[in-house]
Amino acid sequence: MSSTVNVRLNVNGTEHELEVEPRLLLVHALRDQLGLTGTHVGCDTSNCGACTIHLDGEPVKSCTVLAVQADGAEVTTIEGLGSEDNLHPMQEAFWANHGLQCGYCTPGMIMSATALLSENPDPSESEVRHALEGNLCRCTGYHNIVKAVLDAAEKTKGVTA
Amino acid sequence: MTVTDAAPAGHVGRVLRRKEDPRLITGRARYVDDISLPGQLWAALVRSPEAHAKIVSIDTSAAAARHGIHAVFTGEDMSDLGGPLPMAWAPPGVEVNNPEHWPLARGSVKHVGDPVAVVIGEDRYAVNDAAEDVIVEYDPLPVIVDPEAAVAGGPFVHGQFETNKVHEWTLSGGDVEAGFAEADVIVERRVVNHRIAGAPIECRGVLADYRAGSLTLYSATQVPHFVRLFMALLLGLGEDRVRVIAPEVGGGFGQKLQVYGEELLACWASRKLGRPIKWIETRSENMSVAHQGRDQISHVRMGAKRDGTITAWHVKILADFGAYNMILTPLIPSLGAFVMGGCYKIPNVQTDITGVFTNKCPTDAIRGAGRPEATQMIEVTLDQLAHELGMDPLEVRRRNFIPKEDFPAAVATGVVYDSGDYHKTLDKLLEHVDVDAFRREQEELRSKGVYRGIGFCTWTEICGLAPSRVTGPAGVGVQAGLWESAMIRVHNTGAVTVYTGTSPHGQGLETAMAQIVADKLGVDPSVVEVVHGDTSLGPEGRDTYGSRSLATGGEAVARATDKVVAKVKSIVAAELEAAAEDIEVSGGKFSVRGSPDKGMALADVAGVAYIGAVPAGMEPGLEETTFYDPENFVFPFGAHACVVDVDAETGKVSVRRYVAVDDCGRPINPMLIDGQIHGGVVHGIGQALYERVHYNDEGQLITGTFVDYALPTAAELPSFETDRTETPSPVNSLGVKGVGEAGTIAASAAVTNAVIDALRPLGVDYINMPLTPMRIWDAIANSQGASPEGGTQP
Repeated sequence: MSSTVNVRLNVNGTEHELEVEPRLLLVHALRDQLGLTGTHVGCDTSNCGACTIHLDGEPVKSCTVLAVQADGAEVTTIEGLGSEDNLHPMQEAFWANHGLQCGYCTPGMIMSATALLSENPDPSESEVRHALEGNLCRCTGYHNIVKAVLDAAEKTKGVTA
Repeated sequence: MTVTDAAPAGHVGRVLRRKEDPRLITGRARYVDDISLPGQLWAALVRSPEAHAKIVSIDTSAAAARHGIHAVFTGEDMSDLGGPLPMAWAPPGVEVNNPEHWPLARGSVKHVGDPVAVVIGEDRYAVNDAAEDVIVEYDPLPVIVDPEAAVAGGPFVHGQFETNKVHEWTLSGGDVEAGFAEADVIVERRVVNHRIAGAPIECRGVLADYRAGSLTLYSATQVPHFVRLFMALLLGLGEDRVRVIAPEVGGGFGQKLQVYGEELLACWASRKLGRPIKWIETRSENMSVAHQGRDQISHVRMGAKRDGTITAWHVKILADFGAYNMILTPLIPSLGAFVMGGCYKIPNVQTDITGVFTNKCPTDAIRGAGRPEATQMIEVTLDQLAHELGMDPLEVRRRNFIPKEDFPAAVATGVVYDSGDYHKTLDKLLEHVDVDAFRREQEELRSKGVYRGIGFCTWTEICGLAPSRVTGPAGVGVQAGLWESAMIRVHNTGAVTVYTGTSPHGQGLETAMAQIVADKLGVDPSVVEVVHGDTSLGPEGRDTYGSRSLATGGEAVARATDKVVAKVKSIVAAELEAAAEDIEVSGGKFSVRGSPDKGMALADVAGVAYIGAVPAGMEPGLEETTFYDPENFVFPFGAHACVVDVDAETGKVSVRRYVAVDDCGRPINPMLIDGQIHGGVVHGIGQALYERVHYNDEGQLITGTFVDYALPTAAELPSFETDRTETPSPVNSLGVKGVGEAGTIAASAAVTNAVIDALRPLGVDYINMPLTPMRIWDAIANSQGASPEGGTQP
């Protein structure tokens, strides 16, 4: 067994102190140690984006970050974005626009999309498409995902400004 | 855009937000890897880096000695299995060479990724470390990768057969030679439909838990019922002792229509070690060992009269099955053969299929399964026919369409198309696409060096698998009846649970089925829960594939609900002192026709059925089961158009516009239909332009990750335009047809035809997919002396 190190993370507003192997990926710390299984793994090569979370407000692929690198950071996962009773506008837009089918890419897709809108609250379709280039979906053909993101942008206009 | 529907009376036909989504958008869904059990151990597989080799020795000692490792097993340890992995296709009179295929290789490996050992231990990372320590000595054997070389001779993938040929199968109607004798023009092509991956974003995964004589298996599968049957048979357990749960499943696309060795291995090891065993596939594993699709090389001939009437169509398919027959491998090209005439009235059609082994990952059903290949062959050949006749390709299509008066239409391939109106879908498409204006624009752009093209695909397919009498052992040889079941339980309070034998994994069946049931029972879809994917809940089922879940599973749900309704009416009639035949459902109540004020809601009826007193002679309770075996398949159809720009300097293709007009019968939820079309179309565009599973001559997989296997991203694609016509199927009471595979079946041909249309002025008249910049550039460069394949690509 490799030696372990302690890592402090603030995840969805809650402080955690974890004992991890130095090589543990952040995504596995979130999933296996904190039980936040909404963040998914879909590839080995940082291509699919299913594991996208916010690390200190920036969208990152949590399969490409070691838990130790996140020491002291604030992490937001899909579970921290909204709940069934209190959906985030992006979650609501994905639901309203049929922006998901099997749902596996969806948490990462939503995390990338919310990050886009916080940088660019009024993106064009092309800007949405390029911003989501790092998130793969096999079900939807992206049509309704793009529609959902544009819808969320429209609905939150003025709210976030 | 979407068609503007007349407002339907009930929930059926309306857009309804999905019941599935709240758990999925909040991260509260449970996929296999999200489930953990007490005492669970992890498994990692040791896989062959060789494409073909004898296993000389396997040294597991170093791996087994590592901290936290509980066991290392090889193929020899698994001698107590009831048999090899199943191949369930055996049509009468067809000889199929079928090698034994084990969860862990015995004696030799046949493709890169073939598993040779499994390491089981306490930690996700530790088992992968230990797998690196298993030392396997291989004696490499000659490798064969090219299917044309493989069918011609050795080296043999399975020496015992002294051939690489798996089987030969012909489906013939009319007399193609007579048809060619009548033809004024004959077009020939060598059509390569290359190998692609299913690539669901969730890889496969299993969690097996054998305790006290009972086995529970969680698996990312489309087919929990098939998996249960084979786990029971191969482990020597009663089916009653085996429960298979397909929890949330992150996409399938046919890849998860399989009985996989890893499923059996995890179950076997759980029994052996008395601990739950979890195995979660990596993407690299998924790309090398989860079954792949297509991979056909076909020589096709189409003959026609000068007026465009097609007289004969002969297709010779060489299908690369890879190293083993999986559950339905040899059947897949045959699925295309049944609709080889497409939506055209062709009197003479013949499909000759030869299956061949190579040292590659096995192929089996991937979205469309045989029908995208058939459509590609028909539609690209028909376009060339039109070109050679100097006719408009749409005119050639119209001239050959099966007229709507012919339906139900018995076609040359021996099946009966249930319903169709092909002119209507094409007319509708042309409401969206002004071809004359496009041609003017195209001409203008060409003068500026911009090569824009438009391609069409008019298509039909066979789905809704299926009538047991046709698919069963005595028919085309699937060793299963493919009926479907449903059970409807109305609870004490009037809430409803639907148990379907299908196993959806993204299609939105929970919503569509709830809409069907809600209308019949006069309740809101929100109080109808649809349960699926658990073999211990509800009746025996036949799962999800082949665009069947609505046409068979939905119809079963409708019929089971009808039985409930009949009982409800009897109870209401007794309570209201009326005749059961006078009771109708409206406004959320069952009431006497003409007296809508006096009536009973379903909750009131349930109260009588469970708590009050049912009429004399009637059993209490409100629950019904149906097994539905359709009389026929269903045959959705459509007309698609694609507009592309091709950069002649670089060979890059950009899809500018894609218009899909589909007819899948009566819509249950139009939003779900559009969603299926969008995703299906992108699977077809992906194959046409980007995706290819590529092996080198040594059988090494070049496209082993998403770095090398180019799935389309949002950035490459436009938004789509969808519309529908509605031609109900007479096969089922709902009038529905499948739609899961439709987009994929149509799209690759529409894209290919668009690219060829763009490049014809440059002398290019055919290019095989994938239409990558390199191939297009090559085709343009070679166009002076263009070969029938349009260049030098393989």
